[in-house]
Amino acid sequence: MERSDTIIEKNTKKKNMIEAQDVKVHYDDFMAIKGIDMKIKANKVTAFIGPSGCGKSTFLRLFNRMNDYVDGFRMEGEISIHGENIYTKKVNVEQLRKEVGMVFQKPNPFPKSIFENVAYGLKIQGIKDKKFLQEKVESSLKQVALWDEVKDDLNKSALALSGGQQQRLCIARTLAVEPTVILMDEPTSALDPISTAKIEELIYELKDKYTIVIVTHNMQQASRVSDYTAFFYLGELIEYDKTKKIFTNPEKKQTENYITGRFG
Amino acid sequence: MMDQAFQFWGIACTLLGLVLLAIFIGSIIVDGIQRIDWDFISNLPSRKADRAGIYTALMGSVWVLVLTTIIALPIGIAAAIYLEEYSKKDKFASILEVNISNLAGVPSIIYGLLGLEIFVRILQMGSSVLAGSFTLALLILPIVIVSTREALKAVPQSLRDASFALGASKWQTVSQQLLPASFGGILTGIILALSRAVGETAPLIVIGALAYVPFAPTNPMDDFSVLPIQIFNWISRPQHGFEVNAAAAIIILLLITFIMNGIAVYFRNKWQKKFK
Repeated sequence: MERSDTIIEKNTKKKNMIEAQDVKVHYDDFMAIKGIDMKIKANKVTAFIGPSGCGKSTFLRLFNRMNDYVDGFRMEGEISIHGENIYTKKVNVEQLRKEVGMVFQKPNPFPKSIFENVAYGLKIQGIKDKKFLQEKVESSLKQVALWDEVKDDLNKSALALSGGQQQRLCIARTLAVEPTVILMDEPTSALDPISTAKIEELIYELKDKYTIVIVTHNMQQASRVSDYTAFFYLGELIEYDKTKKIFTNPEKKQTENYITGRFG
Repeated sequence: MMDQAFQFWGIACTLLGLVLLAIFIGSIIVDGIQRIDWDFISNLPSRKADRAGIYTALMGSVWVLVLTTIIALPIGIAAAIYLEEYSKKDKFASILEVNISNLAGVPSIIYGLLGLEIFVRILQMGSSVLAGSFTLALLILPIVIVSTREALKAVPQSLRDASFALGASKWQTVSQQLLPASFGGILTGIILALSRAVGETAPLIVIGALAYVPFAPTNPMDDFSVLPIQIFNWISRPQHGFEVNAAAAIIILLLITFIMNGIAVYFRNKWQKKFK
């Protein structure tokens, strides 16, 4: 997979960053995803909502092949990113994950310094140029508005930061490897309201440059940050439309019931 | 009522263990402490009790310890990494796991017999330091593997996720995140395994380690003795002087194992804090 501007250009023209065709996922005998077709627009924020166990996280983790290591995982169908099927043998999974970054539910910084956390993704690509690394760490931390808080002690352990700071550090770490897509798996569910607001603000700023897919349990969050919303239920994609439409005038009864809090 | 009874019984049991240990260590110290001086440590063995020292046995133990470490560590850690991080968690893996744990419980003299056949005879190493080290390496390998796996298991899955999600390969994740994060745990397991190795007697007697070696080993193919064998030998002599020597050598051996365990505890406490 090539990277940089050509891809972004190609995709802003094409508009669809991620395309899923008849995707089914099994864990041993359990069918977690029951045939989903979906197109996710470039440079937009798409939110996945639905009750626990509906398959939205599983679906999200297909995009950077994070389910590959799960025992009993089996997938059918096709997922393309940048128009390329990512589930073929010749796909370099490590390269794919540099292109499609991920932020997790619980902040999971490495037990290393702040600097090392952000530089890690670059270092494993073999980049040793100190000056380049320093610049990249600084610009990534600035992007997540963490730079002013930590610039004086970049060598401090990342574990000494607060939960909200840790999560922003994890986003910075993801940005440092210059992905085009960022997957967020309930990124604020372990955070307090103020930290949550900061992350949401950040998501809003990032969508100019990145395609963002976010799984959330928080309806208000979905309506605040996303352009499109997809409602999942029992492994199926029930409804997928502009966020405004989903939250004001959903087509399906099930969607309405869920967002008004009648179940789930 | 039952609570109090059990509490009383528990205290009694604990005290019994502690008192026995105290009596044992106390009597050894009373017997041997006056014999410990620099001469005792640096003297070569002798037929005369008051001139005999533990130098050759101590050096033999050091040689065995170092070689055992060099042999067992890379194999044990690599096997543990494979089992924990690379292999599929299927039936075969669980059979393997149970059997490695079983190996850790095999009586050490069996390892001695295995070492005698493979290293001393088939590979013709003779009763050398090298043969002894290979034998002890086999003995501690299961312990190293099990404890390294435990240490790797203690690293949260989220750390692996974070590394993979940034495009790291499995090996990069293992070498740059998992090993540093589990270093304390791995080290603790290794030190405990080695402190077991330093006290082993039976397998080394089986492979033919000598009780009387005139000089300390200078290369891996030399004959050797180790502290526990020296102690065993001295205790079986009739003269009282050698009993004192044995007590003194036991103090040295205990000191070595206590220090090693102390270091292990230190590292465990130091690294445990990391994830909390």
